[in-house]
Amino acid sequence: MTFGFPELAAIRLGYGLSPLMPPPKDAAAVLAAVDTAGPGPEAVTTDKAREMSLRLADLTKARKDGGEAEKLEYQVYNRELSRMLVRDLQRRMVRAVDDPVGFGERLVQFWADHFTVAPMSSGNQPLAMAFVDEAIRPHVNGRFEDMFFAADTHPMMLLYLNQNSSRGPNSPFAKRRPEKDFGLNENLAREAMELHSLGVGAPYTQDDVRQLAELLTGLGYTSREGFTFKPQMAEPGAETVLGKSYGGQRRGGLQDIQAAFRDIARRPETAQFVSRKLAVHFISDDPSDALVQAMAATWRDTGGDLPQVYRVMVTHADLASDMRKKVRQPFDLLVSGYRALGITGDDLMALDFPQLPSQTFDTMNRMGQPWSRQTGPDGWPEHADAWIAPQMLAARINWSLQMPSRMLKRQLPDPREFLQTALGGTHSEQLAWAVPKAESEVEGVALVLASTDFNRR
Amino acid sequence: MIELDRRLFLKSAALIGCSAAAHPLMTSMTFASVPSDNRLVVIILRGAMDGLDVIQPYGDPMLAKLRQQISTGPDNGALDLDGFYALHPKLQPLMPLWQKGELAFAHAVSTPYRDKRSHFDGQDLLEAGTGNDLPVDNQVGGWLNRLLQSMPQTSAETAYAVGVEQMRILSGQAAHLSWAPRASLTLSPQAQMLLEHVYHDDPLFRDAARDAVRIGSETEMGERAQGPTGDAVALGNFAANRLNGESRIAAFSIAGWDTHANQSQTLGRSLDRLAAAILALRDGLGQNWQRTTVLAMTEFGRTVRENGSAGTDHGTGGAMLMAGGAIRGGRAFGDWPGLGDGQLYADRDLMPTRDIRAYAAWAMRGLFGTDREMLERSIFPGLDLGGDPKMLA
Repeated sequence: MTFGFPELAAIRLGYGLSPLMPPPKDAAAVLAAVDTAGPGPEAVTTDKAREMSLRLADLTKARKDGGEAEKLEYQVYNRELSRMLVRDLQRRMVRAVDDPVGFGERLVQFWADHFTVAPMSSGNQPLAMAFVDEAIRPHVNGRFEDMFFAADTHPMMLLYLNQNSSRGPNSPFAKRRPEKDFGLNENLAREAMELHSLGVGAPYTQDDVRQLAELLTGLGYTSREGFTFKPQMAEPGAETVLGKSYGGQRRGGLQDIQAAFRDIARRPETAQFVSRKLAVHFISDDPSDALVQAMAATWRDTGGDLPQVYRVMVTHADLASDMRKKVRQPFDLLVSGYRALGITGDDLMALDFPQLPSQTFDTMNRMGQPWSRQTGPDGWPEHADAWIAPQMLAARINWSLQMPSRMLKRQLPDPREFLQTALGGTHSEQLAWAVPKAESEVEGVALVLASTDFNRR
Repeated sequence: MIELDRRLFLKSAALIGCSAAAHPLMTSMTFASVPSDNRLVVIILRGAMDGLDVIQPYGDPMLAKLRQQISTGPDNGALDLDGFYALHPKLQPLMPLWQKGELAFAHAVSTPYRDKRSHFDGQDLLEAGTGNDLPVDNQVGGWLNRLLQSMPQTSAETAYAVGVEQMRILSGQAAHLSWAPRASLTLSPQAQMLLEHVYHDDPLFRDAARDAVRIGSETEMGERAQGPTGDAVALGNFAANRLNGESRIAAFSIAGWDTHANQSQTLGRSLDRLAAAILALRDGLGQNWQRTTVLAMTEFGRTVRENGSAGTDHGTGGAMLMAGGAIRGGRAFGDWPGLGDGQLYADRDLMPTRDIRAYAAWAMRGLFGTDREMLERSIFPGLDLGGDPKMLA
């Protein structure tokens, strides 16, 4: 194995090598490219998502009172909405496949998973897309506290973690309706601390969770009203979270919440927990203390300025020494496979139903990564063995055998050349020995895609 | 060159089982006798099942005061079990099992996990089987794996993690297998040999590929169950298929119990799946159902009071369901702590009256003869086994 930083960076920090674009030449090129991960022209807004959700509600109503025409109109629209889950996967793949460096899109995947949301119904799918475009992409190259606040107050998060149904037990709204027993829902407050910032090992208590939950009361979203802060639903009085008081006599609404989030974001426990999570995702399931401490120190010194934290990771010696310590998650594997074969975003955009879901969504399902269907707000697992159980590896091997002939309109590449294109100087001797012995081009190309070299990074 | 290739070919061919005698796992699988005729299935209910709604203690007058929209007892369709407890109406399909003595439950149980009420920590602890005093990480492994380590004459085939996701409850040093009911893998002999060569130095990939090839060839795809309970039925069918062979332990999970809002709908869907999985096990196991114990366990219970959105939040004490021909069913196990003032945990949750691990431990003791010391020190370190609840027939 002889390879330099460009191949290392493309494979470990991006979506692998491509015959269509050169790998980044140095760390500066990797970091500079993160800026391209902002919202694109295809971005979905909360307003657009509201409009779609309202239209569905209207059509649902019209169907009840109407005849065949209304029924048909509803069915067509509802089907369009239910297909947006797969469309979302498609557009995320398109950007990843076409991104020359890939680090920015990898970071979008990381942060969208760190702040996991999952639409509970097809009517919420556009809002889940807006979540990434509005709360994640604008802040990927910015400050953690801004992303933290944007993500945890975004309408999709309010729905996903039940903030929408949390009311201050002593709020005017609840007091006027004692028979309804309106009360607090702690879900968002708990995950904001446990999963999104401090980490479960941090010294916070059930009381901190409850007080933050009380501070969050008043936040809400409905498709009719949009995002709202309703003081009449907010718990009156100040709340003390981790020893600091927020709210005082008069509730400042969103500003108090933002202040609490900023303080939590800047705590050393958050620097440590989120730095380690980044290192676990990009470098190793078990990253070195040296790397994590260096990242956390920069986090503390800069108040969580993400580009500077990334720089520590991208320029660290562990990037090279921990090569192949990570298993590519199914999304990464599919995108890397497309890139290696020279399949472009346009090729992916040309896919339509039913080939589109069968090539992408269903394949990832079998590999254990059902898109937007994480089992909980802790998102996808990181450990290698979570992705390589027999049934999942079977799905990876099957994909390696079938995908290239289905996706390439031209002839398959010569497997020996494909080995170089896909892995450059990083491939193992075993793989170089095996590939020329394959009985067919299909199996030769599949060996590369199914190899440990390609499935690890 | 030719000679070199041939030498490597032979090495690889041995690895993929052309020569079964050269294959350590294949050998043990072929020649090992099974450790027992009894079978244990553990279903992990991810998301914290509301025990108070699934098994409603309607005989406690406080229940109706704390909950108005859910857990509304036999007057609203729940199925009376014994004059005190009633079964959620969605578990109607399991009533024949209750009547035959093949369904039971233990109420007010919990792991030692307290206060932070995190799903993930709660599930980690449930599957690790440890107390709070041990750090839960990937090194600890799961309690079913430690059971395997304690059993004589096991092979990888003895225990199966079923489903697409990994089951931490089975992770650890003892070999076990995992497979999803709907996976399949067909390779040409040459591709299989080359792939074995490529995976040879990477144990994670090497072992997974070997198991995939073998299990895929042993289990037919079968009739594909449809509808919202289709996946649960497939899990039950596949587990039954393996347990009818050399396997004695199976674990899978059913998610969807985190009912913060509109509980009656969300819980209903999950109960449909649980009932379907249990019935698929019973039907698939045939005669072997009589030697089978199924334990359905969740990470913790939920708040005794309804929240503002007709749901419940994370709590502490909950319920465990048991099924199977091997159990002494048709009865409630455990002491009821009450729901009145001063009887709740932290004034919000059902007070646990017994460690859920004690029931699992007594099940293992009855099924596999696991000794007390092993259970209290190794499989569930720090557990006090307590008295025998006599849950097995």
